[in-house]
Amino acid sequence: MHPAPSIIAFTTLSGIGFGLIIWLGLGAAPDATHLYALILCLLAAGLVCAGLLASLLHLGQPTRFLKAFSQWRTSWLSREAALAMTTLVVFALYAALWVTGTRFLPLGLFAALLAFKTVFATAMIYAQMRSVPRWRSVLTPVIFLLFALTGGALFAGVRGPTPWLLGALGLLQIVAWLWGDRALARSGTTLATATGLGEMGRPRLLEPPHTGQNYLLKEMVFVVGRRHAARLRVIGLVLAVVIPLALILPTEGRLAVWIAADVHALGALVLRWLFFAQAEHVVGLYYGKR
Amino acid sequence: MTALPASTERALGLVIDLDTCVGCHACVVACKEWNSGSSPAGPLSDTDAYGARPSGTFLNRVHTFEAVPADGRQPRVVHFPKSCLHCADAPCVTVCPTGASLKRERDGIVLVNEDDCIGCGLCAWACPYGARELDPVAGTMKKCTLCEDRIDNLALPEEDRIPACVRTCPAGARHFGDLADPESAVSRLVAERGGIDLMPEQQTRPTNKYLPPRSRDVDVLAPLLEPLPEEAGGFLGWLDRTLARL
Repeated sequence: MHPAPSIIAFTTLSGIGFGLIIWLGLGAAPDATHLYALILCLLAAGLVCAGLLASLLHLGQPTRFLKAFSQWRTSWLSREAALAMTTLVVFALYAALWVTGTRFLPLGLFAALLAFKTVFATAMIYAQMRSVPRWRSVLTPVIFLLFALTGGALFAGVRGPTPWLLGALGLLQIVAWLWGDRALARSGTTLATATGLGEMGRPRLLEPPHTGQNYLLKEMVFVVGRRHAARLRVIGLVLAVVIPLALILPTEGRLAVWIAADVHALGALVLRWLFFAQAEHVVGLYYGKR
Repeated sequence: MTALPASTERALGLVIDLDTCVGCHACVVACKEWNSGSSPAGPLSDTDAYGARPSGTFLNRVHTFEAVPADGRQPRVVHFPKSCLHCADAPCVTVCPTGASLKRERDGIVLVNEDDCIGCGLCAWACPYGARELDPVAGTMKKCTLCEDRIDNLALPEEDRIPACVRTCPAGARHFGDLADPESAVSRLVAERGGIDLMPEQQTRPTNKYLPPRSRDVDVLAPLLEPLPEEAGGFLGWLDRTLARL
């Protein structure tokens, strides 16, 4: 799949933002000063809003975005939009109370639950796609949620569970790659099933429908990133997991945690880029590509 | 609404005969022509049409495949037109966040209401067949409408009330009809020729069917033709015999 910068920015930034909302809603940073609470809340809402704005850039008709809230009964994308806005409103209320001195945790808990569901809905947009076998796995929502929780924990300065989250993220990311590398083959979709010509012999493309590019090839058959996939996986894991672990395990310093959070976010961007760039859409089979 | 109807009154669709298709691309051109001229949402756009990197929006494309038998026989060339299959379980419809994507209850045609489309592209991702293309000029999703503006159009002569691709096909490789009616011409064709679904494992339950190419191992014309002479007669026969004796 084409790794559109707008979608990568959206899923990564808003993912971390919602993760931060989850931790702040659960009561992280209990001894924060008014100013520090304000910074954390602005950071969470800012990341979410920046992500949502980036997602608008992906639309062909961005001015009609309000229509996207209407189909929450059937569409994960619509659910995500509705949940994201509800989360922001509830969190804004919680943040306003907190910054002015009252930390009303039931409201925070509600914001955390909504944020969790939003990230889940984002992941389900991809996990529901039978046409992209690598995405169609329970590991997709698990990893999206782990990224949100890990990034949120690092930015919120949460201590205890953070190394465990980083470890689980690294481990499950590797499992997802090993599983995903065989997902297309396991899906059973081949050029033989795509054309129904399997019984006559081994089908192969003789002539594509046209000599130039088209939307399908640009959007669904992105092969550039796959060439460096192995290297990018290592780079992504080092940035998202290894360096943050090395920074936070030996010290308690706030600076180390902030640097760890930033390096982790950079790694999350690399790995999210790979999530799209590596995913094979079955339509590529019709073009003799994958 | 992007919920799929539990059932549709009719299931209009195409039956494409891979045995007959000659790969002339006339259906591709007729489709582009009709849907560029008729749509209130504007033409199917092209970018850099006369430049070095032309690209365009099409609702129907013809691929050409070759099936290579394992036993060393001649490969078989198959021309393969592909457009929206108007699936019963269309994954493109349910993913739509705005309700622009719909499956019509009365005839099962999958359509995009372009006034509601925000151009997010998710439906094109959900389609395993590559039947939907985002028009870069309109900013909205385009797909085969089964020429819904022809098939019910009483202003057209009756013979034109079929999709443009079917009307234009010079080989008669495209058939249009109601696949929910077991007595329709298209349903009988599918039953007789063993019509198949594309990518059945994707569980989309496509309406359009493909008729597989007939076997060429049986030469249907051979019994009707005079056998070719093994031995030449007359002057050529004398020459053949004389040269063989030298």
